[in-house]
Amino acid sequence: MKKFTSLSSIATPLDRANIDTDAIIPKQFLKSIKKSGFGPNLFDEWRYLDHGEPGMDNSKRPINPDFVLNNPKYSKAQILLTRRNFGCGSSREHAPWALEDFGFRAIIAPSFADIFYNNCFKNGILPVVLSSEIVDGLFEYTGNIVIDLHDQSVTTDTHSFEFNVDPERKRRLINGLDDIGLTLQYEDQIRLFETEHFKKHPWL
Amino acid sequence: MSQTLYDKLMSTHMVHDQDGASLIYIDRQLIHEVTSPQAFEGLTLAGRKIWRNKSNLAVPDHNVPTTERSSGVSSITDPISRLQVETLDKNCETFEINEIQMNDIRQGIVHVIGPEQGATLPGMSIVCGDSHTTTHGALGALAFGIGTSEVEHVLATGCLWQNKAKNMKIEVKGQLANDVSAKDVALYVIGKIGTAGGTGFAIEFCGSTIRDMSIEGRMTLCNMSIEAGAKVGIVAVDDKTINYVKGRPFSPVGENWDAAVKYWKTLHSDADSNFDESILIDASLIKPQVTWGTSPEMVVDINGSTPDPKLEKDEVKAESIRNALKYIHLKPNTSMSSVAIDKVFIGSCTNSRIEDLRIAASVAKGKKIAHNIKLALVVPGSGLVKKQAEDEGLDKIFKDAGFEWREPGCSMCLAMNADKLEVGERCASTSNRNFEGRQGQGSFTHLVSPAIAAASAIAGHFSGVET
Repeated sequence: MKKFTSLSSIATPLDRANIDTDAIIPKQFLKSIKKSGFGPNLFDEWRYLDHGEPGMDNSKRPINPDFVLNNPKYSKAQILLTRRNFGCGSSREHAPWALEDFGFRAIIAPSFADIFYNNCFKNGILPVVLSSEIVDGLFEYTGNIVIDLHDQSVTTDTHSFEFNVDPERKRRLINGLDDIGLTLQYEDQIRLFETEHFKKHPWL
Repeated sequence: MSQTLYDKLMSTHMVHDQDGASLIYIDRQLIHEVTSPQAFEGLTLAGRKIWRNKSNLAVPDHNVPTTERSSGVSSITDPISRLQVETLDKNCETFEINEIQMNDIRQGIVHVIGPEQGATLPGMSIVCGDSHTTTHGALGALAFGIGTSEVEHVLATGCLWQNKAKNMKIEVKGQLANDVSAKDVALYVIGKIGTAGGTGFAIEFCGSTIRDMSIEGRMTLCNMSIEAGAKVGIVAVDDKTINYVKGRPFSPVGENWDAAVKYWKTLHSDADSNFDESILIDASLIKPQVTWGTSPEMVVDINGSTPDPKLEKDEVKAESIRNALKYIHLKPNTSMSSVAIDKVFIGSCTNSRIEDLRIAASVAKGKKIAHNIKLALVVPGSGLVKKQAEDEGLDKIFKDAGFEWREPGCSMCLAMNADKLEVGERCASTSNRNFEGRQGQGSFTHLVSPAIAAASAIAGHFSGVET
């Protein structure tokens, strides 16, 4: 798994609540059997003025100049700042794959959908939950933001905010640990559980 | 200590607990072609084996065509869709996983075939790389959607790390009106609590309305839990559950059946168990529902109108209303029954089971779809649902009314196959998501029950069922 310790970047402000994973990466791109290359189609329907299909040369497509990701000011931003319930809907992990491939390593929002939130950690992306009031303030702020996972802090030029993260998820993300490798350390315990479980539930 | 059903199921499957993160054992993983190729690739790259082949069951559903497909996978004309289905076939062969292939009569939408085959049973822990895995909670199973990394994790370890959710009780009491279905209950609840109302929760649906509801109705309700933000939606086991499960291909028999039934009867929340949140819904207040916007929470009674953003005090909400109305080309205060539609879709893991088709057929019987309807699709949830419907003559009713009768699959719910809306087309759909572009870029989706979809196809605009 990709590590995340800290980053310093401006944030791309995407001022919209309830952004669903269909919007993050539309279904036609889910036909790929690969894990990479989704970045050019991140927010495809909002980013481009034409209809996107897999295999198109995205550099030749007409872009929507009004969409914030197309603003050159944010071309190097690694933080996405957005509103509540980000990532709702489909469980597609293609959503964090697309965000990561595009260059985002952290997302700040007042809340996230459960499955999306979990999928972020598997892909080296840190989802940061801050209160609506703090997020409102960050939408007014244009400077650099430092996110430190170790300290669980988000720092602007003038303020510092703490955020919560589950200790086990934090440990894995900071160390870039392989989930499957970790779980297989419990192999004997799983075997033991399994034997008992099937004894109790022989129909399984 | 008294426990909720969710707590019981979590503790039954708990292998290890570490700082609040639980390693839970997974009894069943359902696999489809869209969210699995990268998981199998990961296993191959790491040289890992499948933990327990028998726990897994695969079926292609998202990309499959619903038109003539007797020549098998080669009848998928889109080469990348075809490759995805071929990749599933190949992976299942290589890793020795039981797969129901495209032209098998048992093929269908993963959340329809699981219960239909008895591959999902009460008390099981069930995962699938698909958010609508909540569906299986209707049988009293712990079922939730996962991402592809977790699909790989379950394949390799038979387990999954989970942070325990909070418990929410949604109690629905009283009798539903004749024209109100489980879909309307689901949309009504989402309208009340919002699409993030269930985030962080496992929802247990209970109360007399739920007890009176058929198992298929409960599946519709649990299916939509994720649209309220809840990863888990669950209903306690009762005699209906046990009767539903009995005699299915994967269901236990003989002594195992008796032992299973004894255990399944314990699968309910204890009388004095503690819920972090409780909501009470009066069933008699629920009318047939229709969504007006681009989120399932944007919903009104079929006789209702679109909202006026000027009356919304919360600025983020007002902006969402403005955005949604702009996208969906409707003005504030528009009566939904005045809105004409172009296409109708009856299908999806929400509403493609036999009872859904029976209700829609009863509305369409002896009628014709309106002239302005360009296409009205009926897509059964599985080959077996299709056969059952044909045995009952439902296909003929639909075809006589002007509907198209198709092969099973996810179809126009998310339009990964050829069934999609064109730009500017408006659809009455029995599916689960009305997000922007969900059924085709620049198209407009309105979620309804099968009865309302059929009635609207006949009327040419959103309409209740004539009584």
